[in-house]
Amino acid sequence: MYVIVAGGGKIGANVTRSLLRLGYEVTLIEQRRDRFEQLEDEFEHQVQRGDATELYVLERAGIARPPDVVLALTGDDEDNMIIGQIAREKYGVPKVIARVNDPRNQPHFDLLGISPTICATSSVMALVEHEVPEHDLIHLLELRRENLEIVEVQIDGDAPATGKSIEALSLPEGSRLISVMRGGRAEIAVGSTVLEAGDQVLAILEPGKEDELRRVLLRR
Amino acid sequence: MLKALVIGCGRVGSSIALQLHQEGWDVTVVDENEDALSRLGESWPGTFIVGHGMDADLLREAGIEDADALVAATDGDNTNIIIGQVAQKRFDVRCVVVRILDPARAKFYAERGLNIVCPTSVAIDRLMEATRACAVPAAEEVAG
Repeated sequence: MYVIVAGGGKIGANVTRSLLRLGYEVTLIEQRRDRFEQLEDEFEHQVQRGDATELYVLERAGIARPPDVVLALTGDDEDNMIIGQIAREKYGVPKVIARVNDPRNQPHFDLLGISPTICATSSVMALVEHEVPEHDLIHLLELRRENLEIVEVQIDGDAPATGKSIEALSLPEGSRLISVMRGGRAEIAVGSTVLEAGDQVLAILEPGKEDELRRVLLRR
Repeated sequence: MLKALVIGCGRVGSSIALQLHQEGWDVTVVDENEDALSRLGESWPGTFIVGHGMDADLLREAGIEDADALVAATDGDNTNIIIGQVAQKRFDVRCVVVRILDPARAKFYAERGLNIVCPTSVAIDRLMEATRACAVPAAEEVAG
């Protein structure tokens, strides 16, 4: 497998090292001279210096082969989007994974069809939601291509859903409960499952249905 | 009144903003750097907003939703390309013009339906024309 990694900062360098260890063929592209020289000590001919949004730089790195994967991991979102677009649409790279530095730019990545993306800020926030009890609805997973997401809801004692079976709840259109975790054990949610206080419920739903789901389960 | 957004207030962006204003447009200029406002002269009558042109909230504040035209003229090719596509695809701005200095990227995005101006290509063409204009009589002289 051949991989081009654009951006040799902490993430790009560590990913390159890991990929090489797994036996993949990798070319890393780094623009800054100081960084490049450090990387060259370690990666030798497997790192090239240049602006990875320049077509000739990408071509020198073998984008026309094309690689199996291009990782756009620079610190600039606009660069990562451009690299993603050029790789996919000009050179037919089958898989592009892009880093989102500023979560406010996520809609731009989505608009331009750059997917999947990874965003450290969003991941940290998801973990914070998971840890902080004020968050009664936690985003666990976003299935971008399917336009669905999986969330966890904590059912507490005064929640309107407590003591009701799932089939008796009028769940919003475009949402479904997957499983119920109770006393450390998870069970698949079926129509006759009765919710109890303390349950942790997993639900799959279309983005934007969180508030409706929250209302039905928690009245908030 | 036609409404234009000019993103980037350097030499190019500021001149475009001033000319559009003179031609009767309602012009809003966006630049990251507050000092760029001085390029628009002592008494800029249009709007000037400090911020990054990729910020969708800022674009809304600048009135992109009812803009007739957007000119992306920051000093970053990639920033201009993204702003141009966002304006065209997300906000349906009718006329989007994007400055791209790199001829290779300019060609690729022109093929993908963006309205591109590539000053580098324009300069190359003009310089070639000017050079040929000097060289041709000289070549004839040699032949004669």
